[in-house]
Amino acid sequence: MQEFQGKSVYKGTAMGKVVVLKEPDSVIKRVRINDVQAEIERYERASKEAARQLGVLYEKACREVGEAGAAIFEVHQMMLEDEDYVDAIRNTIETESVNAEYAVAVTGDNFSETFASMDDDYMKARSADVKDISNRIIRILEGTKDADLSEAAVIMADDLSPSQTVQIDKDKILAIVTVHGSTNSHTAILARTMNIPALIGVPLDLGKISSGMTAIVDGSTGHVILEPTEEQCREAEQKIVWERRQASRLQELKGRPSITPDGRKVNVYANIGSVADIGYVLENDAEGIGLFRSEFLYLGREDFPAEEEQFQAYRQVLQMMADKKVIIRTLDIGADKKADYFHFQKEENPAMGYRAIRICLKQPEIFKTQLRALLRAAVYGNLSIMYPMIISVEEVQKITVIMEEVRQELEQAGIPFAVPEQGIMIETPAAVMISDELAQLVDFFSIGTNDLTQYTLAIDRQNEKLDDFYNPHHKAVLRMIEMAVDNAHKYGKWAGICGELGADLALTEEFIRMGLDELSVSPSMVLQVREKIITFAK
Amino acid sequence: MTKFEYEIKDEIGIHARPAGLLVKEAKKYESQITVSAHGKTAAAKKLMAIMSMGVKCKDTVTVEAQGPDEEAAIAGLKAFFEANL
Repeated sequence: MQEFQGKSVYKGTAMGKVVVLKEPDSVIKRVRINDVQAEIERYERASKEAARQLGVLYEKACREVGEAGAAIFEVHQMMLEDEDYVDAIRNTIETESVNAEYAVAVTGDNFSETFASMDDDYMKARSADVKDISNRIIRILEGTKDADLSEAAVIMADDLSPSQTVQIDKDKILAIVTVHGSTNSHTAILARTMNIPALIGVPLDLGKISSGMTAIVDGSTGHVILEPTEEQCREAEQKIVWERRQASRLQELKGRPSITPDGRKVNVYANIGSVADIGYVLENDAEGIGLFRSEFLYLGREDFPAEEEQFQAYRQVLQMMADKKVIIRTLDIGADKKADYFHFQKEENPAMGYRAIRICLKQPEIFKTQLRALLRAAVYGNLSIMYPMIISVEEVQKITVIMEEVRQELEQAGIPFAVPEQGIMIETPAAVMISDELAQLVDFFSIGTNDLTQYTLAIDRQNEKLDDFYNPHHKAVLRMIEMAVDNAHKYGKWAGICGELGADLALTEEFIRMGLDELSVSPSMVLQVREKIITFAK
Repeated sequence: MTKFEYEIKDEIGIHARPAGLLVKEAKKYESQITVSAHGKTAAAKKLMAIMSMGVKCKDTVTVEAQGPDEEAAIAGLKAFFEANL
């Protein structure tokens, strides 16, 4: 029995067999071989298998994240068949009489160094692609099987990469435990969306853990037990049964409106980041989507998404949600979210840098493409548009001018469109302080508490050293929220919260008292927030 | 030998995906096809060689073809560059 302590990113208890996801060993042994021809054939078979696997991944990624996001796997396939790459591997085997693993590793290193030394950030990033395909061939040559996920398991890994996340069948995960990763990592977002216990920063020695061991994961305390005692297993089982019972009690709240005993309606919406998440929204009976992060269309790809592609994605979302409210936030890229083709320059302080609406106003052609797609999609459902990172009245006025241009262009072209409700994110202290003026220009406020807290307290949430100073319930933040809500109501506009604080059950009652009209939370929190509203006592 | 010159309009140059498409297009022809820019030359049928040239926006590339179907190759590649880059 061994115990470890990590940081929780999603609560819940799980117990099951461990599956360790590993990158192949970094040290590849050089072995002298006698039959060069047989070794080349061995490499060719492995390369063919790698191409097949990439084909399967491409199809899977196409279904889950769309064709543009899947393009990377197609490029990988072509790199695999690149003449220079193939020749270099064959030559190395032939002239040095070495094993295929070694030849692939050396060639992969050489090519990836060429890219890494280029004077171009985009091309520098391609060196990881060459490494990735080389590792895939080596894995096949070594006979390392892809993790066996025939039954649901506790996934342990150093950190989950996006390509690993795509590869895992979502029904096969009991819990996720990673050695690295931040609260904003893929791991964390995946776990929160899917409702599974997850821990990060657990000091595991993955080399010593083998798949098939038993583990208990406690997502509330951040505790992991490997090879637990019988008594610990019994305790965990009881806890799991209790949690299931709680969950089924929440299930009974499905279909019920979120109304306080004294008759006030508070809309409980969900925050999501991709079309695939809509399943979780409907499953948890959210009354709408309060924050749809449109970045999924821009990240993990090679180039800007075209208007038509965006239009199709937005329309699909609106149609899937039938007539329920869908609030789509315009591009909020920058800070920790980057895409190579934007050519971001390195910034000293990216959280306060060139991001979100600032990019959209500086490069209006990017913004206009998105707005055109949104207005065209608005015909198909109950859409609202929300603008992030607003700090001034002038910004809202500029947006209005651009919006009017887009509207006229569509009208002149005779393309069907509708102008939906438009609101802004309140996530800077500046926006709070002038919220009385902003409220007169927009239809609603949605308070982004993550950034608002960070900017108000001057605390970087990624910095662990500051944990002791960080108080999510700081009065300054709560007063900011109250001020924004009051100013919205003064001008007959509605106000909601779409940051993490919206799901903080210890604050739900206070939010109701402040008069918030909407709380948008991760899908897995919808029913718990609803329960708080239904049982609200003055 | 047939050739043409073209100035890259795509904002980030010949990046991975268009390079892949370029190789696919070049492989349709029997002729030897090369792409040259700022003093470097690479075979158009080799993906990583093309990518490592690091061709950027506003660079001028020269595409040359030599072989039995060079006319068709140049016409096909010209159309490709205009549509994709």
